[in-house]
Amino acid sequence: MAEFRLPKNSRITKGQHFAAASGASNLRQFAVYRYDPSNGGQPRMDTYDVDMDNCGPMVLDALIKIKNEIDPTLTFRRSCREGICGSCAMNIDGGNTLACTRAIDDSKGRIRVYPLPHMPVVKDLVPDLTNFYAQYASVKPWLQTRTPPPPDQERLQSKQDQELINEPAACILCACCSTSCPSYWWNSDRYLGPAALLASYRWLVDSRDEATGERLDELEDPFRLYRCHTIMNCTQSCPKGLNPAQAIAETKKMLVERKF
Amino acid sequence: MSLRSPLNRVLGLGSAKSGTDHFWGQRVSGIALVLLGLWFAVSLVQMPGFSHAETLAFIAMPLNSVLLLMLSVTVAYHSYLGVQVVIEDYVHGHGLKLFSLIVSRFVHSLLAVAAIYAILTIGLGA
Repeated sequence: MAEFRLPKNSRITKGQHFAAASGASNLRQFAVYRYDPSNGGQPRMDTYDVDMDNCGPMVLDALIKIKNEIDPTLTFRRSCREGICGSCAMNIDGGNTLACTRAIDDSKGRIRVYPLPHMPVVKDLVPDLTNFYAQYASVKPWLQTRTPPPPDQERLQSKQDQELINEPAACILCACCSTSCPSYWWNSDRYLGPAALLASYRWLVDSRDEATGERLDELEDPFRLYRCHTIMNCTQSCPKGLNPAQAIAETKKMLVERKF
Repeated sequence: MSLRSPLNRVLGLGSAKSGTDHFWGQRVSGIALVLLGLWFAVSLVQMPGFSHAETLAFIAMPLNSVLLLMLSVTVAYHSYLGVQVVIEDYVHGHGLKLFSLIVSRFVHSLLAVAAIYAILTIGLGA
């Protein structure tokens, strides 16, 4: 049944404040979620004053500066710093996005940084994405065919066919969409979530794929697909501007279409 | 603690291969309710009065009886589908979930049959 009080290790306490070195005048304050399960404590919000005269423009720049210069224990994932690897997905000022493509100037006042919502936390801003990746694997995100490939060339697609998969194939699996979805929060053990369903749709509309029926069979389930209630947080939060909600709606349309 | 692999847990008991009828039924009954609801609202506005005799006379008119039967059954069906979604969303204990679904089905059936009985009793002048 619904639980209305957070478990103890999810209740956030007040943390430390790290003041900037004297002399810095252009300061922005970052409040960052900190949690280390190994010491058995509760999560806390540490605040850091960052000198913006010596910091890059993005939230990731500030986090890296904090880790390098203020508090080396701060833990987060990052890699490409240009919005293509999806590693630095986190909740910034109440919205899921990539820290590397989120400008500090887009926030007013103190910038609040949390890990992606409703996921187990490994440490600080690092969520456990094991289930998320298993859900992606479950939709068999690869080409399935019965027709043997042409001996002398690739499997061809028309330009129009390619355009169908162009957008859904641009997903970087950052998990911003799935972890913004209330339906996913309540039922992530059985609901596949917008990211896996977008990945599935990418293969459903691939003109070369010959497993459309089997893919739809696997999706046709009250929980796997139909937990989507068109809340649309997924589309709003996608840092790549993709539209998982529409992909899910199109999948539902295919399932109705094959009945009549 | 379980040593099942993450993929094993996600695949679970497999696809139920159902849900589309529920989805489609909810949409179609929703469209029907828009039409029936409009008729019902307009009818209420046009009622000369709401005395017992006037209300009985309204229900007893054949077209009204038929459309009220349609409205009652569609409301019960649509509500049952909606409540089922709410229960599946929020009730996580398997036993409690099944119990809630069964109670919901009984209550909605009871309400629908009671409405049908009342309308038929008045419409057929029994």
